[in-house]
Amino acid sequence: MAKYNLKINGKIRKVDIDPSTPMLWVLRDHLDMPGTKYGCGMAQCGACTVHLDGTAVRSCSLPVSAIGKGAITTIEGLSENGTHPVQKAWIEHDVAQCGYCQSGQIMSAAALLKDNPKPTDADIDNAMSGNICRCGTYLRIKEAIKTASKN
Amino acid sequence: MTNIQNMKPVKTTYNRRSFLKSSALSGGGFLLSIGWLSSFKSIDNQSVTNLPPNWNELNGFIKITADNVIKIMSPNPEGGQGVKTSMPMIVAEELDVDWKNVIVEQADLDTKHFTRQFIGGSQAIHQGWKPLRNAGATARQMLREAAATQWQVPVDEVSTELGILYHKKSGKSAKYGEMASAAAQIPIPKEVKLKDVKDFKIIGKSKSNVDIEKIVTGKPLFGIDTQRDGMLIAMIVHPPAMGLKFKAIQNEDVIKKMKGIKDVFPIKIFNEGYEKTFFDTLNFNEVVAVVGNSTWEVMKAQKALKIDWEPIQSSTENRNMLGRKLTVKIPAGLESSTEHTEKLAEMLKKPLNVLRKDGDPEIAFKNASKVIERTYTGPFLAHNCMEPMNFFAHVTDEKAELAGPLQKPEFTEQALSARLEMPLDKIDIQITRLGGGFGKRSYAHWLLEAALISQKVKAPVKLIYSREDDMTSGIYRPAYSATYRAALDANNDLVGFHVKAVGIPESPLFPNRFPAGAVDNYLAEDFTIDSNITVGSYRAPRSNFIAAAEQSFLDEVAEATGKDPIEFRLDLLKKAQEKPVGKTNDYDPARYAGVLELVREKSGWEQAKSTKKLGVSAYYCHDSYAAHVLDIEVKNGEPIVKNVCCAIDCGIVVNPDTAKNMAEGAVIDGIGVALFGKMTFTKGVPDKNNFHTYRMIRMNEAPKKIDVHFVQNNIEPSGMGEPAYPPVFGALANALYKATGKRFYQQPFMDFMG
Ligand code: FES
Ligand code: FES
Repeated sequence: MAKYNLKINGKIRKVDIDPSTPMLWVLRDHLDMPGTKYGCGMAQCGACTVHLDGTAVRSCSLPVSAIGKGAITTIEGLSENGTHPVQKAWIEHDVAQCGYCQSGQIMSAAALLKDNPKPTDADIDNAMSGNICRCGTYLRIKEAIKTASKN
Repeated sequence: MTNIQNMKPVKTTYNRRSFLKSSALSGGGFLLSIGWLSSFKSIDNQSVTNLPPNWNELNGFIKITADNVIKIMSPNPEGGQGVKTSMPMIVAEELDVDWKNVIVEQADLDTKHFTRQFIGGSQAIHQGWKPLRNAGATARQMLREAAATQWQVPVDEVSTELGILYHKKSGKSAKYGEMASAAAQIPIPKEVKLKDVKDFKIIGKSKSNVDIEKIVTGKPLFGIDTQRDGMLIAMIVHPPAMGLKFKAIQNEDVIKKMKGIKDVFPIKIFNEGYEKTFFDTLNFNEVVAVVGNSTWEVMKAQKALKIDWEPIQSSTENRNMLGRKLTVKIPAGLESSTEHTEKLAEMLKKPLNVLRKDGDPEIAFKNASKVIERTYTGPFLAHNCMEPMNFFAHVTDEKAELAGPLQKPEFTEQALSARLEMPLDKIDIQITRLGGGFGKRSYAHWLLEAALISQKVKAPVKLIYSREDDMTSGIYRPAYSATYRAALDANNDLVGFHVKAVGIPESPLFPNRFPAGAVDNYLAEDFTIDSNITVGSYRAPRSNFIAAAEQSFLDEVAEATGKDPIEFRLDLLKKAQEKPVGKTNDYDPARYAGVLELVREKSGWEQAKSTKKLGVSAYYCHDSYAAHVLDIEVKNGEPIVKNVCCAIDCGIVVNPDTAKNMAEGAVIDGIGVALFGKMTFTKGVPDKNNFHTYRMIRMNEAPKKIDVHFVQNNIEPSGMGEPAYPPVFGALANALYKATGKRFYQQPFMDFMG
């Protein structure tokens, strides 16, 4: 067990926890933030994507001990009231089917647009191919990213 | 196994004896609980035996507050197919309210008020159409009568618009909310008038998913998000191979001493002698549960567990398949895919069970100028819902509270009641949003496991399957193979057709589907091979394989006759319409031809077919018709789908943008599964356990563009969850042939691109 002061969505959160615990389960089990989803546990599906200092990372494969002073942003902290341009574009394109993969998709998309505000189709494919959607909403995701890139 | 898709929809009559229970609510609102128990009567007794009780019954809730907020309960589970939006839309249409004022709420499992509260067979909208419309219309009529009484005017003079009652002559008006309490006292109208299709204001206009804002902000919607005070986390360990069973835990003491771990113990899911029903699973009946404080601690303990397993004995299971008794043989042994392939091929050489015979196929083949014979195979598939299986349970001596994602809660509740020996009214199942279902969540092994674990540890428990547990615990799409033969006469006319289909352990055959009815001499045979690999419904069960085989074969036959593949199919459909062979054909040839004609027009087939690599396929299932044209190219051995054109006839389209989303999803998922989908076994062990080995389609492999077109008609709506899926496979195979010169007979196609 070890104590950590984690910077999550702009707030300091204290946890006393096994250092090997992946950030995903710290969020879901210990901090009551279930927006970040579990899909594979091995960095294959993207459902657990969060930002670490603005970069998209797979929280299922990121032990809490590796966070240090890094700032974590989760879907719950992406914006107040769902007003981030990516979230708004997701609503406009009614992207979701079951919706389970979508917080991971949104976090990957938001990180992409931060680095590359006008991505090409190939850029989008590259950034988003780590996120699986079994329902098959990829084309809407792509369109929504393009809409968001205009804002 | 059979499945819901096999059940022909029964013809129904609506006798307008809907009853209504009403009760005044505190706060000036009222609650209309509208039931249709006994309002639908089956007039086809034969098919009734195939159906679950009350198949055609459905109830709905409408709740109106004094300030005119309309709450509509959505009875069916939502798994991405959009019913939580589209079903209430139908109620709201007839109620004549402003959609903006409607709040939708997911109903819990409530067998007193609702029936057919499940996902399956793409039937929610089809079966719900009349009852949901009546729910809205009945409530609207009562509100009008209440206003007429209060205003002392004839009810015929009271009109409604967007949730407001009007008496035009006197200029009086009132919001629904103001009349709600009085309306609740009105006797249930004997007859209600439904709107004319042309007057629809909500149906046919796209409405966004009622949960979209919660989804994009990460609100807890899914079963796996359930949190309760004092809740423990549980995982299970199941045998590593099909054909093995639990024997003993080796290191119980070590595990119990691990940090955060509360308990470890084996549980038996079904009691001996329990007669399993349609949705009770045959997979591992005894598993080891490990319970602790947090997921990570339990995951570590799960990995550290050492368990002895032993081989199963051959057995038989007596099942009650919705009234039909079935004995299933479960052989002992550790099965491998290589043997499965051999068995399928071997069976196809033998005479099988004849399910349909028209004319004299033997003579037709004997006298044929040309015979074409081809064999197709499809592997086992894992469902891979993105939300792994999970369930919350809190079982005490008095009651059982459950929450989670589930497609068939009504059936599951019965199984749980039998297992816990607890009456149904002590069991409460809350339905959460499903992070994908695709058939897998028709089963509920995990719900029973969660309940038994909670009962044992005397605490609320959330059971979570790891991805590996989810992918290796059985309930796969069966493995199939089919041999098709076509007899052509000297004029290149199709005079004989023969399909032989086998499956492990389920036959994929629909003997009465196209081209049955279009060929004078027709023979359909099938066989089921016993296995201990467990299977279950998978998006468009059986159709998802047989459509691929049939539509690839028809493409090849069309080519042999020298005809355009769309023209070839249309000629057959014309014959099925004008001079049908047999009386049990399950499709409407005119609607089938309709989607082919629409896809031909919209894809620019005639102009593009000689220059582009186009593949076409069409299929009918779940009461809807779909045809696709895929335009592809192959680069560096990888197919690139440039464009997909879909034509769909599902009758009236309730929520067009959602229906479009469903079709897009079916196309993308279908292409992914056709190219990459495969589960194999080595000595009973599933060869893949996570997404590093089980390849799923990703954004860069998705089609560049998908256009979806709906046939415009006023036919009652039918399903959209499944029908667009089966024809994707054949259209892809046929386009691949154009692009590579090679026919693709075995799935997944990527294995044969080489
Ligand atoms: S759960 Fe982290 S990538 Fe799948
Ligand atoms: S919306 Fe269901 S997995 Fe993406």
